[in-house]
Amino acid sequence: MRYAFNFRDIWAQWPAIAEGIGVTLMLTAVTMLAGLAIGALGAAGRVYGRSWLRTPLAAYVEVVRNTPLLVQLFIIFFGLPSLGVRLDAVTAALIALSVNLGAYTTEIIRAGLEAVPRSQIEAGYSLGLSGVQVFRHVVLSPAIRIVYPALTSQFVLMMLATSIVSQISAPDLFHIASIIQSRTFRDFEIYTVIAMVYLALALILKLLFAATAQIAFARR
Amino acid sequence: MIREFSLVDIYYLLLAARWTLALTGLAFLGGGLVGLLIAVLRVSPVAPLRALGAGYISIVQGIPLLAWLFVFFFGLPILAGVRVSPWIAAMVAFSIYAGAFLGDIWRGCLQAIPRQQWEASASLGLSFADQLRYIIVPQAVRVAIPPTVGFLVQLIKNTSLAAVIGFVELTREGQLTNSTTYRPFTVYIVVAAIYFAMCFPLTQWSRSLERTLRVSR
Repeated sequence: MRYAFNFRDIWAQWPAIAEGIGVTLMLTAVTMLAGLAIGALGAAGRVYGRSWLRTPLAAYVEVVRNTPLLVQLFIIFFGLPSLGVRLDAVTAALIALSVNLGAYTTEIIRAGLEAVPRSQIEAGYSLGLSGVQVFRHVVLSPAIRIVYPALTSQFVLMMLATSIVSQISAPDLFHIASIIQSRTFRDFEIYTVIAMVYLALALILKLLFAATAQIAFARR
Repeated sequence: MIREFSLVDIYYLLLAARWTLALTGLAFLGGGLVGLLIAVLRVSPVAPLRALGAGYISIVQGIPLLAWLFVFFFGLPILAGVRVSPWIAAMVAFSIYAGAFLGDIWRGCLQAIPRQQWEASASLGLSFADQLRYIIVPQAVRVAIPPTVGFLVQLIKNTSLAAVIGFVELTREGQLTNSTTYRPFTVYIVVAAIYFAMCFPLTQWSRSLERTLRVSR
């Protein structure tokens, strides 16, 4: 028997697909911002903090980076309710993704912070900048520039990894695919189309990051 | 029927971890072969072949692993005309996926070897294959080991996604255990702990390799 491909049923579902893309982009944007904030604070704590701060931060990074995102998601979504914390799928997804990305950004930004020479920090203080000002202008922004490629490729990977939240029924692009699959029974077609959509999103995101680097780092 | 979560369940979870390791091993084997090919394509002297390698990497890395799993799980029966077990679908998907990442890592290692090594071996009359075999690869392997072990950790974690196509490994066994004991928090913490026990030693090993190999260079 020859299989007859049928993509028409899939195109008919484009409003649902568009909605899924919206949710995926929202998850990605929020996770990126939260991950960046956790990473900057976490890295600062790991490099400049006292040992009571450094040890738990190191533990956070190691635990998150050595366990699968899917299991982290299950612990937060299925596990926490038994401790009395009940979350809806999107909130649970955002928490899991941010906690996960935060561990990676902590490590990436830490490498950047450690690359800033000690003498520059001292020069900042001798110009009368406060500790926070030195961290922001002398340390963090050059550090971000150094680790920008690693950071943004981690962001692209994270955008693709948001597909995992479909497993707790958060209504992202990948979950929409399974809904369309059950409506049309066109499983191969829908997953091929969805794969192409992710590929397009990944390439666009990469271009955006490259363009941002051009603008942000150009005049220096 | 709901029963208590007990030591027996932990034992079954540990047994299921064997399938996680087996899948990781096979994926690493398949991915290693694909990755070797891709890395060589990326440094080949022929421009279209380099573009082919680069295209493969950016396409595979631009699509979520979950999508690869589903495409092959549903697509192989159509394309090949046979019903496939989750084993075959997972193997194919993981080989393709790991091949792109390993190919990219190993390309970096091949390119880390100074240009002069290529030029010197070319001036000795070695062909491209001989240059790779006798001059470049033996030196690149030392550089390649730490990031490869690091990727192995990624691979172990990523095999958890095979659970969604019904492949019974550690995460799937966790889901099954949860459905009979209804202790989601305990079950998934134990599952996470088993993953940690497999991944953390590798992470540490990769780090110490990086240190010793850097010192000796």
